[in-house]
Amino acid sequence: MTMLVPILTMGLLGFIFAFGLVFAYRKFVVYTDPRIEKVAEALPQSNCGACGFAGCQAMAEAMVLGKAAPTSCPVGGANTAQKVAEILGVKPAEIIKKVARLHCRGTKEAAPRRSQYLGLQTCFASHLMGGDKLCTYGCLGLGDCVRACPFEAMFMQDDGLPVVIEEKCTACGKCVEACPRNLFELHAAFQNIIVFCRSKDRGPVARKACKNACIACGICSRAVPEAIILENNLAIITDYNKITPQKIPEIEKCPTGAIGRLKKENEG
Amino acid sequence: MDLLTLFAASILINNFVLYYFLGICPFLGVSKKVDAAFSMGVAVTFVMTLTAVVSWTINHWILIPYKLEYLQIVAFILVIASLVQLVEMFIRKTSPPLYQAMGIYLPLITVNCCIMGLALLASLKEYSFPETVVFGVGAGIGFTLAIVLMAAIREQLEMADIPQTLKGAGISLIVTGIIALAFLGFSGMIK
Repeated sequence: MTMLVPILTMGLLGFIFAFGLVFAYRKFVVYTDPRIEKVAEALPQSNCGACGFAGCQAMAEAMVLGKAAPTSCPVGGANTAQKVAEILGVKPAEIIKKVARLHCRGTKEAAPRRSQYLGLQTCFASHLMGGDKLCTYGCLGLGDCVRACPFEAMFMQDDGLPVVIEEKCTACGKCVEACPRNLFELHAAFQNIIVFCRSKDRGPVARKACKNACIACGICSRAVPEAIILENNLAIITDYNKITPQKIPEIEKCPTGAIGRLKKENEG
Repeated sequence: MDLLTLFAASILINNFVLYYFLGICPFLGVSKKVDAAFSMGVAVTFVMTLTAVVSWTINHWILIPYKLEYLQIVAFILVIASLVQLVEMFIRKTSPPLYQAMGIYLPLITVNCCIMGLALLASLKEYSFPETVVFGVGAGIGFTLAIVLMAAIREQLEMADIPQTLKGAGISLIVTGIIALAFLGFSGMIK
């Protein structure tokens, strides 16, 4: 009996409150678009914020309200865009898969070290000290990008440079932000001509600092003047669309290999 | 103690944040902008008043007659959780902009210890019904006062040159301590 009273009281109280809430819910129900829930389910739910919204839920709301295109989720890619477009009943725009690519080829062999860095093992810290390489623009090789990658799409290779596994890369841009030397950029996946250098040093200096550096000799820019320019002692591709397949062998004449086709890991 | 004294006392002297050190979590978490701090204060005041009413009713009509005072904590948690839900639904229906502004703070009030503290303190001090209500409103206003004061100071602190190690929570707690000391001065007002 002594136990029954508290159990009954609490049970009854809970019951009353529950009923009160149910009643209040009925009275105060707010119509929310059921599509928001469906769109949110179709999204990756990684809440990475790469789309610029607070999370997948906010992204879903914006998509349903028409404030954002079905293709706005860079992580989900074409599949997600397709699903979202189906739910919303609109035609999905073409979505181009993007991937992050490293603009440096300063491997351990190619780029000599000027000192030994024993400090905190992050690129950010090393960069503050000026880095341990002779080249002050190149990859520091301590893997801030690999740690930043939420999709395990990167790993550090034995040559001291990170590799992006393009199948896993979702172009979320975390590595672009993480790299203190801004060596990552998001490129369309089918586009594989890249300048593998960010060095603004003059030719002789750049070459001394790294065998694979761009020395701004101008071979590539003379081959395709409408697509490649030289700026600050560095070749820059201004228009990827104007590089035709016929021009690629000419571009690949680059004496240091600082510009050329991206080689997949299995191609060696 | 007459009601007016109790009201003033619960705002200034027995301030929930600065005297009992209850509800420090939202006090530090939501005190970066004065607007947000004020919204939070209003929400807390609202929930506190309702909690004071309902918890007194339950305490005096159900728990005490059946000698179930030891269930106070459980019962009060039930009251607070339900009330916050109710308030959330109500605000969502009646004022979407306010709902947007309060955002995550509203559900956070559920686990805010100053609400629980209010219900328990009111029963501990054996306040009558009018006293409990006045205590609830006063405590809510006191919380609002404290959090808005804090937010205003922190907005200024953003521009101050604070030593690296003290930035953020460190300096906030020091400031809280200093405000609490200042509020201690009020305690001489009432015997």
